[in-house]
Amino acid sequence: MYQVGIDIGSSAAKTAVIKDNEVIKTILLDTGFSSRKVADTIYAALEAEGITRENASYVATGYGRISVPYADNVVTEITCHGKGSHFLFGENGTVIDIGGQDTKGISLKNGRIMKFVMNDKCSAGTGKFLEVMTNRLGVTPEELSALAQNGNEITISSMCTVFAESEVISLIGKETPREDIAFGVIESVVNKVVSLLAQVPNDKYFLTGGLCEDNYIIERLSKALNAPVTTTPLARYAGAIGAALAC
Amino acid sequence: METLELPKSFDEFVDARKAGFLKVKEYVENGGHLVGMFCSYTPLELFDAAGVSVVGLCGTSNEPIADAEKVLPKNLCPLIKSSYGFAYTEKCPYTYFCDFIVGETTCDGKKKMFELLNDIKETYVLHLPQSQKRDYAKEIWYQEVKLLKEYMEEKYGIEITDEKLREAAHKRNEMRKTQMELYALQGAVPPAMKATEVMSTLAQGMFNFGVDAQHASYKAKLDAAKEALANGAKPVDEKAKRILLTGCPSTGVIQKVGMTIENNGGVIVCLDDCGGERTQKMLVDENADDILRAISDRYLEIHCSVMTTNEGRVANTKEMCQKYKVDGVIEMVLQACHTFNVEATLMQNMCDDEGIPYMKLETDYSTTDSGQIETRLAAFIEML
Repeated sequence: MYQVGIDIGSSAAKTAVIKDNEVIKTILLDTGFSSRKVADTIYAALEAEGITRENASYVATGYGRISVPYADNVVTEITCHGKGSHFLFGENGTVIDIGGQDTKGISLKNGRIMKFVMNDKCSAGTGKFLEVMTNRLGVTPEELSALAQNGNEITISSMCTVFAESEVISLIGKETPREDIAFGVIESVVNKVVSLLAQVPNDKYFLTGGLCEDNYIIERLSKALNAPVTTTPLARYAGAIGAALAC
Repeated sequence: METLELPKSFDEFVDARKAGFLKVKEYVENGGHLVGMFCSYTPLELFDAAGVSVVGLCGTSNEPIADAEKVLPKNLCPLIKSSYGFAYTEKCPYTYFCDFIVGETTCDGKKKMFELLNDIKETYVLHLPQSQKRDYAKEIWYQEVKLLKEYMEEKYGIEITDEKLREAAHKRNEMRKTQMELYALQGAVPPAMKATEVMSTLAQGMFNFGVDAQHASYKAKLDAAKEALANGAKPVDEKAKRILLTGCPSTGVIQKVGMTIENNGGVIVCLDDCGGERTQKMLVDENADDILRAISDRYLEIHCSVMTTNEGRVANTKEMCQKYKVDGVIEMVLQACHTFNVEATLMQNMCDDEGIPYMKLETDYSTTDSGQIETRLAAFIEML
């Protein structure tokens, strides 16, 4: 039997297939406008490789979890990130998931979720904040990190994404170097994430979600938390892996 | 028979609202008297004894908030904005047709809102002491209750006799016992009902004219639930996680929080806000020599976060967690409710000490955060 976990987030749809306790396949797609449509695309892609309702069970998670008609069950992304992270890291610690619209901190002990926190309505400290800023600066997320590495310290003080964007526009107007603005943008996200994590402190942290391959962000988070932050390329799929494990 | 005027925008109202207005209009035109109130500290026996109906006017809908914000600041509790908004927009028949409104100084936001509300509708404010601790606290409250009694006697040209107060105390006590029985049904495993049904019954019951009709509506719900139980009905999944809902008044978030809990594998077994057992379990000593004092004493026993210090609330919640075999505590704080928000730390500490999982949600009456609230509630229930 295949266990298929589908994590439809606000910007990316992640799929992980587990067989015999091993992740044998992952798929990454843009969620796009319709969660339902991307769910159908995922089903077709798996079907093409012989993974079908006949030999697989499906669990959906993420904000689009209710739009996967063939899912046997739906589980929240918090539980799934907890399960997936325990599978990937196998240690006690706090999971940091920086998602497209939510940022979560999940405290894990012996594979169980002890406590979790999630950002409020506001998008500060989420992937959305970075997305808005990269668009404004005309760079990719990778380029933003590369620029920030060479930036001087400046502070973007607005917490609100909309106001922070105005702040960035005025910095651009003042001809502040892009490197410095990039530094300020990333520090803003890091600080907001760290303040959220104050409610789930730990001596070890694991980063999951779309930023897990960004070494610069990992380094800044680790510095601000004063604790090691580890990750793995598969951590982008932590939610999907957790969902697959929940099958 | 006097003829009353309907609000200016009556013709634009939907049918249900029109019907509501016509019902209340008819009641008042036929000599019925109606008083609006807000808070569980309001001594209801006084109104019963005066022969006037009393209804709760706590706003529970997002609808009039945008209008209320033309006058009130945005960063204020939704209950205060909604209550004021209904008066301001003339959209609530009870606010519109009542003789006057009884407010109380439970929080700064309400206290100051009442000053503005008074320009729309006569508003009488009870001065609640800040604490039950001082020796003279009970005396303050007794004097306040007495002043309200005198105010009504003068307003209506009547005498509120001890005999009538005693009769009212008896009827209210009987109704409280029915409410307690209704709550107790949730102690069963699995509980007898979805609590959102109980919440809706309690909320609707408030709009009956007079204590007898209100009591009858609760009794009907209780009897129906008991009968269903006797017939083997199990409306709640045995595996549903048992939740105690505490914090601010929750009627305005029955959908957003209550139903979301109960649609995601949880069931509310104890309603620990100000509509629940916490404020209803105390009875008035019907045989006391001084019945007015017995009434005022009973109300001052209520543990609300506006009191300092307020250990009684958390201690009671701890007791409720055992009584109702609670798996997790969810605290709902309405945006900008400082007293419950700060006191939440004490609630969390108690839960941590007892090993009961706890989560606090801060929200309002809008739907902007429904998706997030659902994810949080569902994840919390999955965690239990």
